[in-house]
Amino acid sequence: MRFLPLFTIFLAAALAFAVNQPGKRSDDGLIKIVSSLPRTGSARGQTDTIVDGIRLAIEELCPKKIVNGVIVQTLEVGGKTYRIEYTDLDDATAAAGQWTAEQETDNAKKAKGDPDVMVYIGTYNSGATKISMPILNAERLLMISPANTSPGLTKPNVGERDEPKRYRPSGEPNFCRVVATDDFQGPAGAEWARDMGLKRVFILDDNEVYGKGVADFFESHGRKIGLTILGRESIDAKAQEFSALMSKIKRMNPDLIYFGGTTQTKGGQIAKDMVASGMTETKMMGPDGCYEGAMIESAGAAVLENRFFATFCGLSPDKLDTTPGGRRFVASYKAKFGKPPSEAYALYGYECGRIAILALQNAGKKDRAAVCRAGLAIRDFDGVTGRWSFDENGDTTLKDLTGVVVRGGEFVFSKSLAVTAK
Amino acid sequence: MTLLADTSFDWFHIAQLGIESLRFGLLIALIALGYTMVYGIVELINFAHGDLFMLGSCLSLTIVVGGLAEGWPPAVTIALALVLVPLFCAGLNLGVDRAVYKPLRNAPKLAPLVSAIGVSFVFQNVGLFWEGPQDVNFPDLLPPENVLGEGANVYLTWKTIAIVAVTLPLMVALTYFVKFTTLGKAMRATAQNPIAARLMGIDVDRVIGATFLIGGALGGFGSVVYCLTVNTVSYQMGFQAGLYAFTAAVLGGIGNIPGAVLGGLLIGVIRGFGSEYVGETWVPALVFAVLIAVLVFRPSGLLGSRVKEKV
Repeated sequence: MRFLPLFTIFLAAALAFAVNQPGKRSDDGLIKIVSSLPRTGSARGQTDTIVDGIRLAIEELCPKKIVNGVIVQTLEVGGKTYRIEYTDLDDATAAAGQWTAEQETDNAKKAKGDPDVMVYIGTYNSGATKISMPILNAERLLMISPANTSPGLTKPNVGERDEPKRYRPSGEPNFCRVVATDDFQGPAGAEWARDMGLKRVFILDDNEVYGKGVADFFESHGRKIGLTILGRESIDAKAQEFSALMSKIKRMNPDLIYFGGTTQTKGGQIAKDMVASGMTETKMMGPDGCYEGAMIESAGAAVLENRFFATFCGLSPDKLDTTPGGRRFVASYKAKFGKPPSEAYALYGYECGRIAILALQNAGKKDRAAVCRAGLAIRDFDGVTGRWSFDENGDTTLKDLTGVVVRGGEFVFSKSLAVTAK
Repeated sequence: MTLLADTSFDWFHIAQLGIESLRFGLLIALIALGYTMVYGIVELINFAHGDLFMLGSCLSLTIVVGGLAEGWPPAVTIALALVLVPLFCAGLNLGVDRAVYKPLRNAPKLAPLVSAIGVSFVFQNVGLFWEGPQDVNFPDLLPPENVLGEGANVYLTWKTIAIVAVTLPLMVALTYFVKFTTLGKAMRATAQNPIAARLMGIDVDRVIGATFLIGGALGGFGSVVYCLTVNTVSYQMGFQAGLYAFTAAVLGGIGNIPGAVLGGLLIGVIRGFGSEYVGETWVPALVFAVLIAVLVFRPSGLLGSRVKEKV
């Protein structure tokens, strides 16, 4: 076995090389923007349109030029022309069917280790941001989320006690988002329920950061405005069916079942079992995590028809036509991708892309901390649906809240929801 | 007086919970039979059985959706699924036995066990490829009306009746088969002592093959009924169904056929009543707490005194 010692030495050398290899070398003329979104699993439909939105923004704002014989997107930052590269990272795995902590950590570390990455667009799930934000905050790398709605990520005194401080090891914020938060969404859902005359409500949640959080806001505001909360249960999101739970709820004869959760945590199955248990008059409402085509696919259109309502922290796509900016966005999206945006978050992907470019321009140099500061300092931004600013926490001042309902096998706009938070 | 009214038992509701328990319990029992039969004969915990059930569900979905698209009446597609899916599962189960477990028949017990886990992963990936990563809706083919009439105190649907109508005859037939047919007798003999059975002229390989066929077919029937009543197919569904079914088999005494049915029904009851009186989140914990309690006092399961220590 003379081969073995040689092999061992080779392995040790390989290992040493792998460990000692320094971080990637920086490319002077290049700026990278990455996004980290669940690109596998049932959120794929949503994230496809988000990525398209980001691509559209970069295409519009970064003129094409020929550099070294290749056509590239370029951007003038502080008088110097940089090539702009966009990378679409996946924080989900096929085996999990949704985002995983390991994958999100990987993505954050990859972005952190690459000195050309200046902006990190993501994430889709608030739980994922809880993981990547501290990693990226240490580097002062700007994060822009198109979809996170958990309030604790930015606001003090609404989430857990040390939120959002614990995500900011550098002491300064690096995270901002372009959608309104659950402390608006939950109460708006409760008021909508009251306005529809759905007074007797049973609340379910999926026991996750986002779902439990939004259900809490729904419950506390619901009690305040006079809804009768019949009960509250967390489901086991790995369970296959909920017939026993539904026969229990049925006895209380609710007008509405509110589910704080997502399509991925069995929103569809709950709707199915609700109807199968004989609660055909009962309605169901969910937050924006259930507002996607996959929800209708998993529950079946017949079950949800006129029975399922969802709240959304933005404007639904069929409502975009009512604003000039929205019309322009839909037209250019259609021109590039051949079809209008099918899912609601396309617009918010586009806004993220535009914020990223603007932050780079305002910073005036390729420097993470400068870009981060410039991004969070954006005020009076000329957004697609109106002018808005980031507040001191990194939240948008624009609060478009929409209620949608399933009709004719798809989600359609039902009501603009009033914003009376907290 | 009001206090008395509040605490009085609602017997209709208890009956309703009983129905829910029976539904779930019978489904689990049907899958548990596949575990327990295989274990009884070759002392292998066939961890791939839950995923076999999942693949059966994928095929049911393909048949029913395809049939409906062709314009066939729902009853025809259901009948077709009830014939083809058990055949498919039986054949697949036998094929896996011949290809994977049979070469390891005389290897240490751990080898086929680990292979079974491997087969389970292969099946899951086939399912992932077949139906994709998300939950897929299975068309609702059974009428949703209350069989007992509109406004009755107990809600009994065709779904529940379908479960009972498919599972009970299968269980009766299986019991008859094992007790009174020659092959059934050969099975019991092989379970008791394979070497002695071989010396008596029993073709042990044939008996093992038949066991895998029957266990697979039962899983196939289970998947069709499951699809018709739960209406969701996902490549991950085999894991939890398999875990509950395995637990049912162990509760009843693994290797024991009536024990698997009893264990399944017990899990159904724990689930139905636990969800009502303890809370939905606690159901899995409750099931396994009962399992531990049973195994402490009766290590061989509720009915498992016959089978001595195995694995």
